[in-house]
Amino acid sequence: MKDTLGVERPIIALENVEKYYGEYYALRGISAEIRQGEFFSLLGPSGCGKTTLLRTIAGFEELSGGRLTIDGKDMKRVPANVRPTNMVFQSYAIFPHLTVAENVGFGLRREPLSRDEKARKVAEALEMVGLRGYGARAAHALSGGQRQRVALARALILEPKVLLLDEPLSALDKKMREQMQTELRRLQRQVGITFILVTHDQEEALIMSDRIAVMFEGQIAQLDTPQQLYRRPNTRQVGEFIGVMNFLPATATVSDETHIEVEAAGLGRAVIAPDQLPGGWHPGQTQSVGIRPETMSILFPGETTDRRVAIGTVEDLSYYGDMTYYVVRLDGVDRPMTISMKNLVGRPVLDRGTEARVAWDARSLVLFA
Amino acid sequence: MKSLRLYAILYLIFLYAPIALLPIFAFNDGTVIAFPLKGFTLEWFKELLTIPALHAAVLNSLIIAVSSALIATCLGICAARAGTRFAFPGKKGILGLIMLPLVLPEIIVAVSLLVVLLQLGLPLGSWTVVLGHVLMCTPFSIAILNSAFQSLDVSLEEAAIDLGETRWSSFRLITLPLVMPGIISSLLIAFTISLDEFIIAFFLTGTNPTLPVYIWGQLRFPQKIPVIMALGTILVLASVILLAIAEYFRRRGVARTGQADAGGFL
Amino acid sequence: MIASETGSGAIPMIKLKINIKIKAWPRLGRSEAAQGYFLVAPPFLYALLLLAAPLAAIVLFSFWTQDYLTLDTTLTLKNYREALSDPLYGELLLRSLVISLAVTAATVLTAFPIAYFISFSVPPSRKSMWIFLITIPFWSSYLMRVFLWKVILGYNGVLNTTLTGLGIIDEPLSFILYNANAVVITLAHAYAPFAILPIYVALEKIDRSLLEASRDLGESRVMTFLRVTLPLAMPGVVAAVLIVFIPTIGDYVTPRLVGGPNGLMIANMIQTQFLKLNNAPMGAALAVLAMAMVTAVSLVFLFLNRRYLKGQK
Repeated sequence: MKDTLGVERPIIALENVEKYYGEYYALRGISAEIRQGEFFSLLGPSGCGKTTLLRTIAGFEELSGGRLTIDGKDMKRVPANVRPTNMVFQSYAIFPHLTVAENVGFGLRREPLSRDEKARKVAEALEMVGLRGYGARAAHALSGGQRQRVALARALILEPKVLLLDEPLSALDKKMREQMQTELRRLQRQVGITFILVTHDQEEALIMSDRIAVMFEGQIAQLDTPQQLYRRPNTRQVGEFIGVMNFLPATATVSDETHIEVEAAGLGRAVIAPDQLPGGWHPGQTQSVGIRPETMSILFPGETTDRRVAIGTVEDLSYYGDMTYYVVRLDGVDRPMTISMKNLVGRPVLDRGTEARVAWDARSLVLFA
Repeated sequence: MKSLRLYAILYLIFLYAPIALLPIFAFNDGTVIAFPLKGFTLEWFKELLTIPALHAAVLNSLIIAVSSALIATCLGICAARAGTRFAFPGKKGILGLIMLPLVLPEIIVAVSLLVVLLQLGLPLGSWTVVLGHVLMCTPFSIAILNSAFQSLDVSLEEAAIDLGETRWSSFRLITLPLVMPGIISSLLIAFTISLDEFIIAFFLTGTNPTLPVYIWGQLRFPQKIPVIMALGTILVLASVILLAIAEYFRRRGVARTGQADAGGFL
Repeated sequence: MIASETGSGAIPMIKLKINIKIKAWPRLGRSEAAQGYFLVAPPFLYALLLLAAPLAAIVLFSFWTQDYLTLDTTLTLKNYREALSDPLYGELLLRSLVISLAVTAATVLTAFPIAYFISFSVPPSRKSMWIFLITIPFWSSYLMRVFLWKVILGYNGVLNTTLTGLGIIDEPLSFILYNANAVVITLAHAYAPFAILPIYVALEKIDRSLLEASRDLGESRVMTFLRVTLPLAMPGVVAAVLIVFIPTIGDYVTPRLVGGPNGLMIANMIQTQFLKLNNAPMGAALAVLAMAMVTAVSLVFLFLNRRYLKGQK
């Protein structure tokens, strides 16, 4: 998708998009570019505006302000039925009075195709989602997973430029959900269409997406790849929402351009590299550092390390079989922190109340305002 | 729990006692409505065929009932869809006014319409009865259609629009077929209510009586009672058949949208 | 669906296509409230013109007077003064109220066990059959049903001839026809489904685990019913009471057919004023008084119920 100058053009561009209902702002100035062929997720807690944004792109909600372009065309006053997007609804919205084939072929009614061509396309679409031979079945007799596949086939048969998925996996049980996650990825690579997924499940977003926009209160808090989001969250809120993160009160001082010194409660002094800092950072605003549970480890008695070591007490633990999650209170810190340990052969599980020597690295610290 | 079951059965007997008498005396070979029975006869049914005034009343009632059912159902569709699909200020008050005849004594509706029609100098006739009956039937239509529209997932129509249909064609292709059972049962219920309604017809009818108004006139003559019994038997039978059809369509609608059956009308 | 733009020549074509779509379907962009008003307008206007306006007219009419065929449109309280001072009208209004209350009490009290039975004792698969059974008699001609009660309750009626025939009584019972008792029995029969259905719906909504929780916390069956089931069924009972009480006060057919001279109610007088005495304003005044009475009693009832529910918390 390149324009005449050969520059990569986003399939969807959002410029300061706003949506309000009376006094209530659902979207407050969203700007983002979604690339051709990527798997893009809108992630956030319920009420953050992610579904509103998706419905705005689909054309079910009108913009209150800003600009939305799809494939270079302004979507103002373009109704939902003529937009080059198709949607998989949260409830799947399978038409209960039609058969599976009639559902899948619903959008072909207005296409100038012969009856045979339509039947062939429907069969192909069913094949693609693994429902070959289901065409004649009544739609209301399908299971949850099958409904979802029908919804996918029905949306993809029109070869949209963008496929919109509104929490498509939330109604499925855990096993089914994991299976569909892999399958959705496979399908997306196969058809090469841009997918936009709305989800509140951070794990799902991390597994499936090329890029994720984390949204809070109608705004995008951070737009990044899964790895960047996990390793370098911009704000405490993002760090807390994605995975588990421990926070410790901290102050920072700049000694020179390349050495930033951080003093974190319970851990002590550490030198931070500039690439660990959030954008637009200045030393005075640092109030805390974040550290992920799996970047630390508890040394068993007698074990030595060349990493930094902090001292604390095991307050509680949860044994998961493959992992043990410790709740450790570092000396001189009020709030306990979580540390996860793989249960390797020969590594003992510590008891409550024992002293814990916590090994950590300055590289895994993230600074927050 | 056993005593409760016994009570329920006695209650059903109480409910069915009057209409159970209808066929008994309709086929009884005696002019007095009392036990013991005198013997079997079809004479009263045969006599029904020979009364032109009755035939005129039946025809008149049918025309009124069909018109009322059609208009009430159309109005009901509008109100039920507006009520279940859209939010707008004053909705409660507006729908409350439309549903008001459900709890208003019929005689109030009848006399208030009569006063206005007479003051406007409009002639009474079948059409004035239709005006009143539509008012009475619309709330019932709305009650039936509400449940049909409510069980409809909003995203079904959105899905159709998303797949390229317009608002109107998605209504026609998706919503209408799904609520059709509700529409049919609304038509049948409204038809039955209009056919049976007496007070409004009594006040608003012109020179051509409806069937209930005709029956009312006959109740004064004891010798006509057996014939009325025969007529009543036919009417009850017709009502039950219509009702069974309405119930069938309602259940089919429920099955079609794939939800659990929540029970009968209203 | 818009075709992908491949060259500059295609752009005007696409724009044209979009414009046509928008012109043909202007409603797609209309606000939700506007669509709601547009749809609700026909039934609303109908109710406004044929219900609200006539009701207003009745109120206006009740302040006019009529002498044979001449209508005097000066506003006056004469009709109301007459209605409230003439013992005939007062007695009719009071009797209507008492009969309606009796009908309501009888109907709701007898209906509750039935609703309870269907909701709690009947297996789920047969519930709709029971509801269907209960609604069938209601759909048969009201006029016929009332008349049949006359046949059952009459001096030489089915009940009396059967009872004397069986030797249970020597003389026909006379207290069951052409009086208020007959009116109460007949109306209780006519409004049975109206009372059963709302109570049944309320009972169905009760989460059964609440009852188990109450038993688990040490309450007996009876106390569980009184402390959990009954309060939760109250909205249904309230609906049943109102839906029976309001229309019965204006019933015309039943008092006329089975009430006799001492069982007549206000609706019969309204009809007489309108159609026989040609005194529409007096009839209108009586209708307004009847409506006012219904509203007042309903409000008192709703108020008491709210107090009761508050006391429960």
